[in-house]
Amino acid sequence: MQRLPPFSYEPARSVAEAVALLSKYGADAMPVSGGTDLYANMKQRLFAPKVLVGLRPIRALRFIAYDDARGLEIGALATVRDLAESEIVVARYPALARAASSISTPQLRAMGTVGGNLCLDTRCNYYNQNLDWRAALGFCLKNGADICRVATGSRTCLAVNASDLAPVLQAFGATVHLAGAGGERTLDIAQFFTDDGRNALARDAREILVKIALPPAQPGTRSAYRKLRQRASFDFPLLGVASVVRLDAGGVCRDARVVLNALGPRPVEALEAAQCLIGTRLEPEALAVAADAAYKVGKPMENAGTTLAYRKRMLRVFTRRTLEDVAGAGAPA
Amino acid sequence: MSVAPPKMLATLRVNGAEIACAFNPNRTLLEVLREDLALTGTKHGCEMGHCGACTVLVDGETVLSCLTLAVECVDREIVTVEGMAGAGELHPLQRAFVECGAAQCGYCTPGMLLSAAALLESNGAPRKSEIEAALAGNLCRCTGYVKIVEAVALAAERMREAAHA
Repeated sequence: MQRLPPFSYEPARSVAEAVALLSKYGADAMPVSGGTDLYANMKQRLFAPKVLVGLRPIRALRFIAYDDARGLEIGALATVRDLAESEIVVARYPALARAASSISTPQLRAMGTVGGNLCLDTRCNYYNQNLDWRAALGFCLKNGADICRVATGSRTCLAVNASDLAPVLQAFGATVHLAGAGGERTLDIAQFFTDDGRNALARDAREILVKIALPPAQPGTRSAYRKLRQRASFDFPLLGVASVVRLDAGGVCRDARVVLNALGPRPVEALEAAQCLIGTRLEPEALAVAADAAYKVGKPMENAGTTLAYRKRMLRVFTRRTLEDVAGAGAPA
Repeated sequence: MSVAPPKMLATLRVNGAEIACAFNPNRTLLEVLREDLALTGTKHGCEMGHCGACTVLVDGETVLSCLTLAVECVDREIVTVEGMAGAGELHPLQRAFVECGAAQCGYCTPGMLLSAAALLESNGAPRKSEIEAALAGNLCRCTGYVKIVEAVALAAERMREAAHA
């Protein structure tokens, strides 16, 4: 039986209390909300914090609010299920609801939080293994060894961001709000992730993620998300493709974003693919050109589920299908 | 290894009963239910959130007890498979599982029953696709799922009839 390593548990009843506890214990502590990723990783002895700061009691951070002027605000402790079932999210940010409903299983969607999904530990075939497995191989960069097992010449860890929400939030231009001892700070979501799978978040260990904000949904906005995975439930994405476009009244694409995920430590924005869509009416030819551009920019490694070659091929296919979803969506919200 | 933090005293509400327990903070709800409270109906499967065998209800929602700390469940309502049957009478879902042959080795059955119970609590007349979606977090390696879905539909029908009777 895989049991959790020993730790003490300190529940926080407010953001201030959580920040104070994290400041007090420093590197010995980790925050936990749903625990669905953290506890599984701790059972595999990927890390063993001495103190867990429980965020669940902070009821004020479980909310989803929409305002035409301010846009959508999601408390970090809103559950994935809350997001998937939110009427305003389903109506105005459908790709976000779709991504949320595609995460794992009913049990884990009820347990896991939006903030936790954004703060998922990066994943790799050489990292998400038990201690014996990793010790037999001699560990890897993410485990404190000096070699990456995926690309032996790499100086940085290539473990992947496996969040389904991150690419969609990035495509919508979201910001993340962090609270620390010095007050709150706001980051563009693209700045929240780093290029190194060892420390893949720009979050300081003494900060907690409190809120994610999305700009108001503009008329003519359409969005879609698709993920490649081995089973239709349970599984993390082996590839995620999010797209948000805005069409004018004449049906011409004026803004577009295409974001790919589960390729490396951070979501990758396919800028050229988005450019290929602007000025078009999302005709099939335009979508094919954009899918080719996404295919070029996405660089999977041999470190997740299926083979590299298959994931690479599916980049073009899933980008085209995602863009077809966007093109074929009903009346714009 | 460092010395484990001391046990904490807490009261858990399980199947309607208040039970005083002492457990270390790193103990999962699954471990406390099975090993301390001898409620072995909740099954211990993958321990990693991959199978659904350890599903219980916490405040009416399906939760994986292998990835939930017991300390996180204090002051919440926990229901295990032992809490489903009434006095000497099986829950309609349990009866339907027996009649439909929806249990073979039986290991996934408690989790299946609780996921199905949570579904029927919020949706008394689920479509087949809704039953499948509600059970998507529970793996069964024996039945092929068909009989499980049929059993949930049969139980739902009987519960609707009983409510109208």
